[in-house]
Amino acid sequence: MAIRSSDPQQQTSGGQDGGPRAPQRRLTGSQRETLWAVVFLSPWIIGFLIFMAGPMLWSLWLSFTDYDPLVPNTNFIGIENYQEMVSDPNVRISLWNTVFFTIFNVPGTIIIGLVLALLLDRIGRAAGFFRTAFYLPNITPAVAVGALFLLLLNGRDGILNQVLRSVGLPGPSWLNDPAWIKPGIILMMLWSVGSTVIIYFAALRNVPQVLYEAARVDGANAWQQFRSVTVPMISGAIFFTLIINTIASLQLFTEVYAMFFGSQQSGAAGEAALFYVIYLFRNAFEFFNMGYASAMAWLLFAVIGVITFVQVKTSKRWVYYEGGE
Amino acid sequence: MSPRHKLLVALLTAALLLAACGGGEEEAAPQASGGASGGSESAVEVSGPLFAFGFGYQSGDEIAKVRIDRFREEFPDARVTFSESGFEEQPFLSALASGEPPDMVNMSRNTIGTFIARGVLAPLDDCIAQEGIDMGVFYESALAQVTVDGTVYALPEFLNSRIWILSNPAFEEAGLDPQNIDLSDWEAIADANEQLTKRNGNRLNRIGIDPKLPEFLPLWSWANDTPMISEDGLTSQLEAPGVAEALEFSNSLHEPAGGRTQFLDFRDTWDFFGEKNQFAADQLAANPYEQWYLNVLADVSPDVDITVRPFETRGGEPFTWSDGNAWAIPAEASNPEAACAFIATMTNAETWIEAAEVRTRNRNRDNEPNLGVYTANREADEVIFEDLNLGEWPNFEQAVQTVLEVQENGLSIPPSPAAAQYEEAWISAVNEVMTGGGEPAAALQAADQEAQEAIDAAAR
Repeated sequence: MAIRSSDPQQQTSGGQDGGPRAPQRRLTGSQRETLWAVVFLSPWIIGFLIFMAGPMLWSLWLSFTDYDPLVPNTNFIGIENYQEMVSDPNVRISLWNTVFFTIFNVPGTIIIGLVLALLLDRIGRAAGFFRTAFYLPNITPAVAVGALFLLLLNGRDGILNQVLRSVGLPGPSWLNDPAWIKPGIILMMLWSVGSTVIIYFAALRNVPQVLYEAARVDGANAWQQFRSVTVPMISGAIFFTLIINTIASLQLFTEVYAMFFGSQQSGAAGEAALFYVIYLFRNAFEFFNMGYASAMAWLLFAVIGVITFVQVKTSKRWVYYEGGE
Repeated sequence: MSPRHKLLVALLTAALLLAACGGGEEEAAPQASGGASGGSESAVEVSGPLFAFGFGYQSGDEIAKVRIDRFREEFPDARVTFSESGFEEQPFLSALASGEPPDMVNMSRNTIGTFIARGVLAPLDDCIAQEGIDMGVFYESALAQVTVDGTVYALPEFLNSRIWILSNPAFEEAGLDPQNIDLSDWEAIADANEQLTKRNGNRLNRIGIDPKLPEFLPLWSWANDTPMISEDGLTSQLEAPGVAEALEFSNSLHEPAGGRTQFLDFRDTWDFFGEKNQFAADQLAANPYEQWYLNVLADVSPDVDITVRPFETRGGEPFTWSDGNAWAIPAEASNPEAACAFIATMTNAETWIEAAEVRTRNRNRDNEPNLGVYTANREADEVIFEDLNLGEWPNFEQAVQTVLEVQENGLSIPPSPAAAQYEEAWISAVNEVMTGGGEPAAALQAADQEAQEAIDAAAR
């Protein structure tokens, strides 16, 4: 990529034929900055094109084929894979499981994350320890988390049910009763709320204290301060976590696969733990229906795209950006 | 590209090809395979790098180490390396897709049909001739799993058999005789299950009989004289009434424990591989299980008081469900002759016997019961188990004898072009029934349709 010099002399010099040249447009400072930004971003852009956009477009093509990685011939079959998804009960079941999980996990993560961040914000010097403690689950390998929760959630001797029984509540069978498997998985994922806590904590530290002082002068109580000052001022962070947690929830895989489909090949959970990406993975790498799995991936992409679009559109009503219009 | 450039590229390509071809010349003179590796009459080159996928070799495993060492000794010019884990589809597909398949692959015989149907694995006709392998030494049930239309595609390695393991103290406490209980009589099994189950109020303290669902449905179905798939692996028979009956009965064995969830919640707490395993801790009275678990028991609780009995059909015929792994050579493997020598060495009788002898020495040194090595090679088994001395552990001596006798009556799941989908279909049906989501006949009928569609599609 050639970068035009900003030297006025070079830009106004004549052509080889010595005749008058068309006046060359001089880049403004902003354009030059953009150009340099593109230059510096180009490694990422090239990587994105090769390792992300390319495979994505390839998978889009595969979604219209009967591609089986073990068979040399691949046939174009139009929208057959998409039609098959409509009638595939496992797609419906796995999509419902995933949406159910997302509906509870995302608000749960936001609420618990915010409560913990508010507590962290108030405890002063001890916050450092608790920040680390809250974040530790996020750096625990997902398979280890799955294995750990197989112990914690055991319906008979698991710690959770022992606690519930100690207060007179009957502990459900979190791992084997289809009605309680998804709630159990939601509990497990809420354990990894640490990254959301850290984001909220950072956002809370940026709320100007003067706003709280003004609110107190106006007679606002704690709840009113929280509702009218804190929430609007960290709404950008809430919006961010809403988007990333929604996408992550819709792509849930590793922990559940490790718990119910990995070593536990019997799949005792049955359909209750069949999440969308798990079914996609099984189609691709166990059943070798790579074309069908590609179509499933694009359906998920579309679902995520629509949900994200709605979230972005509605955000204009409730997200406050300092310095924004 | 100019003609000059084209010429340059052509020359460079030729030079690279020559260089690649010439690489082997630096190797020592090739050795002839055969002899101890199977008595081959033809001399072939066994040299160069060899990559084995799916074996997950660890030198702490004496049975693997002795066999690999033997190959390395016999063929020092062949440099064999191994993948770090057992067989996984994802990396195997990546290797195939990248045009760099492994030289040999170790995979489950239950799913090998999928790869045979897609032409991924090479027929072993040439290999069998090269190494002079006598295929008659392999157990029929094992050989059937790797043979399609009369062509052998893999050499069976281990032989895994399912047998009943019964806890003598639990049976005696319930006034039952573990040696003589009629295991072909399903009513007797159900009655014994009631008697053997131990509860304290709502708390389950011992499971009577664990039917091992969903994974052991084929065993119950065979016991009911109904194979779940045709012999050629192309027709699902899940809709057969005998399968539904087997599912209904085996699932009913969960009831005395208070239902499936209580049953599974309790089972999940067992120290399966530890000293306080379910038999040692009196948490289970009986279950059908793979014979390798006897090795676990011998290792962690050698004094456990058990009786091993063969599984029986309802007509009283003892039988077992056999499976295990097998060694195959991908069709596009770059060093098939050397790979053939390797898989022949890993599965021939002499190598097995040598490995078993090392295990015997190690166990004797540690004063631990040695239950032998269950290979798919009958010739090897005859020698390995001939001199087995379990006098100090009569409980395991009886167990080993039972396994040896019943593995002659092994049944196996035939190679199917859609093995994984077929299995997924019936497991889903069993889970649906176990969770109260459907009746056996209806669930299996739906599974049958799903499985057949998958088989038909894969066969095409």
